[in-house]
Amino acid sequence: MIFLDVASFVLLTLGGFFVFVGALGLYRMPDVYTRMHAAGMVDTLGAALMIAGMMLQAGFSLVTLKLLTLLILFFFFSPVATHALARAALHAGVKPILQDEPGESDK
Amino acid sequence: MIYIAAIFAVLVAMALAVISALRGPTVFDRALAGNTIGTLAILLLSLVGFLTGRPEFLDIGITYGLLNLIGTLAVLKYFRFGDMGHDDEEEQAPL
Repeated sequence: MIFLDVASFVLLTLGGFFVFVGALGLYRMPDVYTRMHAAGMVDTLGAALMIAGMMLQAGFSLVTLKLLTLLILFFFFSPVATHALARAALHAGVKPILQDEPGESDK
Repeated sequence: MIYIAAIFAVLVAMALAVISALRGPTVFDRALAGNTIGTLAILLLSLVGFLTGRPEFLDIGITYGLLNLIGTLAVLKYFRFGDMGHDDEEEQAPL
């Protein structure tokens, strides 16, 4: 029984770490498209690890089924939203940064 | 105890997402940050549900997940075409 607690502890901590890394990337990245890449980290890896950690705590019950639905929902909806965002940004004329402007390479 | 640490991590991430939403120059940064805040809100909701021992919160989280996507797509469609009336068939933007 203790193994389940330790495993869910590790999973939740890792999930929290990746959620933080994703949000930090969302804040630090210079461009919309690179931010999208960082935000993807939050949706997929961070959320998946956290939900897996919660699943271990819930055991075989309806709650685990709901968590599984939530996980599948995240995995389907995050790419759809990101794809729509990229198309809308491209169509609206937001240019991706392809190479560093001169004199800005150290940033 | 572990849920408190996870909730704290999600809260810090949400604060960062709010800051990047306020800071983002283009409207698409804000839409992206809004989407991320929605995901984090669902995570926070399910974590609090687990902390207080109430599994009903997950239903709210699933519903909010559905709404979050629809909201993001609606905002994007509005800012892409300027109004909601367009659809993709008639106008093939040269991407």
